[in-house]
Amino acid sequence: MQKPVNIAVSNQKRLKLPIDKILPFLIPIILILGWQVSSSLGWLSSSVLPSPMAVLQDGIKLTQSGELPKNLSISLYRATVGLLIGGSVGFILGFINGMSKTCRLLFDSSIQMFRNIPHLALIPLIILWLGINESAKISLVAIGTMFPVYINTFHGISSVDPELIEMGKSYELSKSQLFFKIIFPAALPQILVGIRYALGVMWTTLIVAETISASSGIGYMANNAEDFVDMETVILCIVVYAVLGKISDLVAKSFESLLLDWQNTGRSNV
Amino acid sequence: MNTNSMIKIKNVNKTYDNLTALQNINLDINQGEFIALVGMSGGGKSTLLRLIAGLEQPTTGSVSIESDHTKSLMRVMFQEDRLLPWMSVLDNLSFGSKDKNTKAHAQELLELVELGDYADQFPNQLSGGQKQRVALARALMSHPQILLLDEPLGALDALTRRKMQDLILDICQKQNLTTILVTHDVEEAARMADRIIVMKNSTNTYEEVCPKNRNAGQIGIVADRVLGEILEEPNIEKQTA
Repeated sequence: MQKPVNIAVSNQKRLKLPIDKILPFLIPIILILGWQVSSSLGWLSSSVLPSPMAVLQDGIKLTQSGELPKNLSISLYRATVGLLIGGSVGFILGFINGMSKTCRLLFDSSIQMFRNIPHLALIPLIILWLGINESAKISLVAIGTMFPVYINTFHGISSVDPELIEMGKSYELSKSQLFFKIIFPAALPQILVGIRYALGVMWTTLIVAETISASSGIGYMANNAEDFVDMETVILCIVVYAVLGKISDLVAKSFESLLLDWQNTGRSNV
Repeated sequence: MNTNSMIKIKNVNKTYDNLTALQNINLDINQGEFIALVGMSGGGKSTLLRLIAGLEQPTTGSVSIESDHTKSLMRVMFQEDRLLPWMSVLDNLSFGSKDKNTKAHAQELLELVELGDYADQFPNQLSGGQKQRVALARALMSHPQILLLDEPLGALDALTRRKMQDLILDICQKQNLTTILVTHDVEEAARMADRIIVMKNSTNTYEEVCPKNRNAGQIGIVADRVLGEILEEPNIEKQTA
């Protein structure tokens, strides 16, 4: 009987790992250090760009006062609910259009027409319809995130290898088995690309929505700080958005690693 | 018509738009018989196999299967392994079933194809021959009575191909499977089949019944005769014999 051959991990690969983890942080660290040094030496005026330390102190102050956590949680709530609604609608539309030719003929042309309207151009209309309350901002995020999830789900499902579907049918899989065992896993990499792209759109939309029409949230904080020429808070809000975006991306990547682990298995030397 | 026939193909025609793929095919296949369909590309071999498998329907005529069992009667093994890359080897056989008996049966079949230690590996960790052995094990999962092989060894190297031929023959004989093999390789057909059907110009033009317990010389003679029929050179046998 043949035995599977384990792939030996070389020492060289093991030594590389810490460098792989450090390299992505190298440029941000250099930039922040350069920024801090420039501010400390007076090359950068605090009215143009306050130092990282000043921004950090402002962050600590606003956290202690409860203003930052309050606005952060409101922004996170809007982003999450908007993504859940938009992502779900996008997934359902992508699923039915990918699975059914009739649905595709009925819906896809109209969806593509709406997709080409920049969703931020809908802000005036949404304010007129829904005012500046939560539903307006959540709706905008939902519209923005719906299309990337739709396009990628639709494309993922409609491009599943027909030979695998034929194999499933010849093995008498039921329709639900065919979907859950073959179609969905085969489309999953593409669906996850859509979700990752939607996360970026989610933050962009929320920033714009909260800046234009809000009385709370990180965007509102930045807009309010601008009125008082509070540069530290403006920069702090931008940094918060950057950190939130990075965390979202890391979460999406973790899902990819978890769900698409099979893509990373190497072929043995047998 | 033979009363022991398990598969009866009567006056089958298959056309795609204006293209005739099969024309007036008549064929009876007995239970436990090993049939090889050979011929040039475009002769209709794979189309006939797909009609038998029920993956397509004939334009006219009928394909009927005689059996006591109606479920999981036949299984197809394709040229491509068609394994699901996101499932382990064991799950590819059981389609992820949690049932202990299903998993145990899948493990037994992996042992049968000499891949018992590969149950937890993923398809992209296997070689081409190993993948086809997993595909063979998967085809045997539901205890089929009919095994349809659509050029399953076409992409394998000569040595692996020979090993797979022996494995398939052994399994088919032990389990008394009715087997239909589509192949381009006349040597393979002459070595494995009880009866060889030559498909030419969309119809079955010639049948060669192979001798039992044939030796290498007899395999060569049968292969040459079948090749002569495919190439329309009837004296090819005389030249080589």
